[in-house]
Amino acid sequence: MKNITHNLEPVLQAKGLMKRYGTVVAMNGADFDLYPNEVLGVIGDNGAGKTTLIRAISGATAPDHGVIELDGKLVNFHTPDDARNAGIETVYQNLALSPALSIADNMFLGREIREKGIMGKLFRKLDHKQMETFARDKLSELGLLTIQNINQAVETLSGGQRQGVAVARAAAFGSKVVIMDEPTAALGVKESRRVLDLIQDVKSKGIPIVLISHNMPHIFEVCDRIHIHRLGRRLCTVDPKIISMSDAVAMMTGAMEPPPEALAAK
Amino acid sequence: MSQSEFETNLNSADSAVAVFERDDRTFLSNVRNAVRNYPTLVPALVLIVSILIFGIIAPRFLSPGVLSLVLQQVTVIGIVAIAQTLIILTAGIDLSVGAILVLSTFVMGRLSVSYGVPLPIAIAAGMAIGTLMGAFNGFLVAKIKLPPFIVTLGTLSVFTALKLWYSGSESIRNSDIEANAPSLLWFGEAAARPFGATITYGGIALILLAAVFWFILQHTAWGRHVYAIGDDPEAAALSGIKTDRTLISVYAVAGLICGFGAWVAIGRVGSISPISFEEINLATITAVVIGGTSLFGGRGSIPGSVLGALIVGVFTTGLSLAGVDDYWQMFAVGNLVLIAVALDQWLRRATQ
Repeated sequence: MKNITHNLEPVLQAKGLMKRYGTVVAMNGADFDLYPNEVLGVIGDNGAGKTTLIRAISGATAPDHGVIELDGKLVNFHTPDDARNAGIETVYQNLALSPALSIADNMFLGREIREKGIMGKLFRKLDHKQMETFARDKLSELGLLTIQNINQAVETLSGGQRQGVAVARAAAFGSKVVIMDEPTAALGVKESRRVLDLIQDVKSKGIPIVLISHNMPHIFEVCDRIHIHRLGRRLCTVDPKIISMSDAVAMMTGAMEPPPEALAAK
Repeated sequence: MSQSEFETNLNSADSAVAVFERDDRTFLSNVRNAVRNYPTLVPALVLIVSILIFGIIAPRFLSPGVLSLVLQQVTVIGIVAIAQTLIILTAGIDLSVGAILVLSTFVMGRLSVSYGVPLPIAIAAGMAIGTLMGAFNGFLVAKIKLPPFIVTLGTLSVFTALKLWYSGSESIRNSDIEANAPSLLWFGEAAARPFGATITYGGIALILLAAVFWFILQHTAWGRHVYAIGDDPEAAALSGIKTDRTLISVYAVAGLICGFGAWVAIGRVGSISPISFEEINLATITAVVIGGTSLFGGRGSIPGSVLGALIVGVFTTGLSLAGVDDYWQMFAVGNLVLIAVALDQWLRRATQ
């Protein structure tokens, strides 16, 4: 099982991550590699520790042990803000949007732009106009715009539209890595299709993507490589062009041993 | 674009999936959207209508003198309601604002009247103590993760006890303040008397303070974060907002506003008493709720709360001018609260 991306240095790498919650071991020496220009699928059964792994590399959870490297440099994320500042953006399953705030407010939550001049410096006044223009540009870049009102509250949007706002936010600010946790779980067929296209759009901008999903057809369609997580650690990585969906599921659930070359490739 | 087999018919389907458009356009939903986008609309209308109705019931009510009296009566409640609004926007509640207010009046009064400390220092000390007490509430809420209701129920007793101890259960008389620190009473003085109305400096301070905090909430990052935290604290944290720090600052700023309100309160009442403003906790929550701010956080506005305080003032003054007994005034205000909360629930339900 050859994979050309292995000749490159990983953008994001984690080694030997450990995390315990009381007596529950959520990560037990988990490794992780993400290479430039790829969409990496992460699959695993419920309770395999995918979420904890993702929370660790997005800064939402601090691992007890192990190292995380971004572009070969050791990083230490204590808050999601640390990861964001390092260029890692995450689209959480619950989207992490504030329902009562507007689309523009949500896109800039936690990184608002202040006005230039005395109003911004002295009174810390926000530059609403610039933020709205930027939000509108980013949404239309991803083909999400036939928007009437960028100041519309997010709670007035449908599920797919909210997903679109969250993805647009991640794509707009994620300079190194974009992580998406179950982006299609709550969506219908058409809306899922739209999000899968969005993933390709983001990839074409040269940003590698980590996609966590239970939806095998989606994973096999958009991913270049698949990371199979089992019992708190990476079991192996496989090439979706070579391996079948049912084999991937069998490995994920422990019904089948991974092929030896896949183990070596990790 | 590659598609799975089962999706092949999608190309012929309507492609307008993620089109952002208004879903429904019935009359009721338009009203609902308007109220949601301009939350101060309802209290503003209620205020105008109630002023007109009381003007008809009790013609004396519509005189500049009576209307300015209403403003004077709600000055302190309005200022403390601004503090309460900030906290309720974060989905919290502060039952200790009254105790903070009165304790701050005593710090200002004692230092300047009894100890002869220069007035600016005495006032700064009172406001600093207020800020400190607020920050203590914030610390317990944000860091120890206790529910705001329980925290401020506890600190209400703690601060009240401190107030009684520090005051020695004695009032500071008006004549003593006038003799030693007359400027403490400045906010109670009339700034202007147009057409027989009396506009005090305190009333002007209320309007200016409301404008300042309206600006802060709408046009600064801190203000947006206050809304986001009340809306969904987890989403706010994942968006990179330092929720703990922001929460503590909200409670501290609320304490600071109560400290400032203490100065205004001394001018309004004319003396300093340990048993004054005992009903202000509930009065401010009433004003905030009638003003359209949601007790569940993330929704509401400062101007709404000031309008809410004015509505309560108009009802109590109007009803008493109409010769209605005290208990029916309470009855009316209580019903206003219930209607306001029901309206908020209706607005929220539309979003789920």
